Amino acid sequence: MFPDEFDYHEATSVSEAIDLMGEHAGAETELLAGGHSLLPAMKSGLSSPDVLIDIGEVEELHGVEVDGDTLSIGAMTTYSDFIAEDVSEEHAPALYHAVRQVGDTQVRNRGTLGGNLAHADPASDLPGAALATDATIVVTGPDGERRVSADDFFFGMYATDIGPDELVTRVEVPSAADAVGAYAKKPSPSSGYAMVGVCVQATVDGGTVTTVRVGANGVMDHGVRLEGVEDELAGESLDEDSIAAAADRASEGLDTAMMMSDLQASAEFREQLVGTYTRRALERVLDRTATPAAAD
Amino acid sequence: MTEHDITLTVNGAEHDLTVEARTLLVHALRDELGYTGTNVGCESSLCGACTVRMDGEAVKSCTTLAVQADGAEIRTVEDLGTRHDFHPIQEGFQEEHGLQCGYCTPGMMMTALDILEENPDPTREEIREGLEGNLCRCTGYQNIVNAVQNAAEQMQPAAVADGGETDDDGPTPATDGGEKQ
Repeated sequence: MFPDEFDYHEATSVSEAIDLMGEHAGAETELLAGGHSLLPAMKSGLSSPDVLIDIGEVEELHGVEVDGDTLSIGAMTTYSDFIAEDVSEEHAPALYHAVRQVGDTQVRNRGTLGGNLAHADPASDLPGAALATDATIVVTGPDGERRVSADDFFFGMYATDIGPDELVTRVEVPSAADAVGAYAKKPSPSSGYAMVGVCVQATVDGGTVTTVRVGANGVMDHGVRLEGVEDELAGESLDEDSIAAAADRASEGLDTAMMMSDLQASAEFREQLVGTYTRRALERVLDRTATPAAAD
Repeated sequence: MTEHDITLTVNGAEHDLTVEARTLLVHALRDELGYTGTNVGCESSLCGACTVRMDGEAVKSCTTLAVQADGAEIRTVEDLGTRHDFHPIQEGFQEEHGLQCGYCTPGMMMTALDILEENPDPTREEIREGLEGNLCRCTGYQNIVNAVQNAAEQMQPAAVADGGETDDDGPTPATDGGEKQ
């Protein structure tokens, strides 16, 4: 299978990428990052852009660093490069565990965190993690940078707050060095994408949950917070009973009529799965709280 | 349509070639340069038959544009060993019957190389996780895992005792909890 023909431009800086987007504003233009969502879509004919602007090698968009209380991740950082940095697990444990479950070795060697979030595939593994870690997505356009909270970033299936002349340049995660994180996912048996995935980041102090954020993907047409779970756990002790009570509230506030429904799972099944995978994610948090040393 | 002049260093040999923007790396390797050891499988970045190493990392060459690989060092299965002088990974696949039809084997071997370079003494679970992106429809995987273990032993004669730890968040197994079937 071959993609349709297109014009290819490689940007060497963020400003060049923005200029190229402006230059080709009249054409159907796509930004190319790792290409592991875009190229399959182009090969199968689902997407036929006239122009590709390759930002994958833009140096300033690569790397993970701690900047004060923030873990700053360049948008073109590959999953593998993110996992390989010790600071990733230390400061953003929930995101770290979700990234480890994206695709497979080869996909993680090419795919990027920024590309994932910009693509906003509801079945991807990172929307829930972006929400659970309270990430901020930094987008840059002709007028400079804009910072968008993950809570406001995802609009719907493949739809985000990114403007047509903007690109994601950075993901900023507030340091959660005292927190533990976990991601539990039911992968599609064929594609490995999440039929349902639940990501939890929590701080547990003396057995009591002091902070907790829970995000899910694969359930609705975009990543969502599971607010019923968060309410149930905040200020409570984390144990089998509280986990069961929290999992019971997993789909609270979600419009079940709007849940994703496809050949692989009906909406009703997904509603059950979100409870089950919430429980599994919380059980991992509990394990890691009990024995932090085993959390690697 | 745009054409681009690129340079690929394949198995140590530098090649200058002109490709269409839409040319995939696997086609540049096979059709332009004659490295036909790399197979084209599912065409949708799932099966891993097209796996090559690009700048030292296993990638799916059917999901990489040749222009994205401009300037890269590519290593294909042809570089592993010769029929008279097998690479330990090839030796392992022969010893353990790690193939039947052989179609997935070039990709399996290039991913195995990735696994063993990063982790010379992997557990069976770590081998399975590492091979998650490579599908085999013949063997049931048992012998492939055996083959990679065999290769690990050859490549690391002073083998360390078992006992690697795995992250239970994992890369998730293909089936819920069970071994890859």
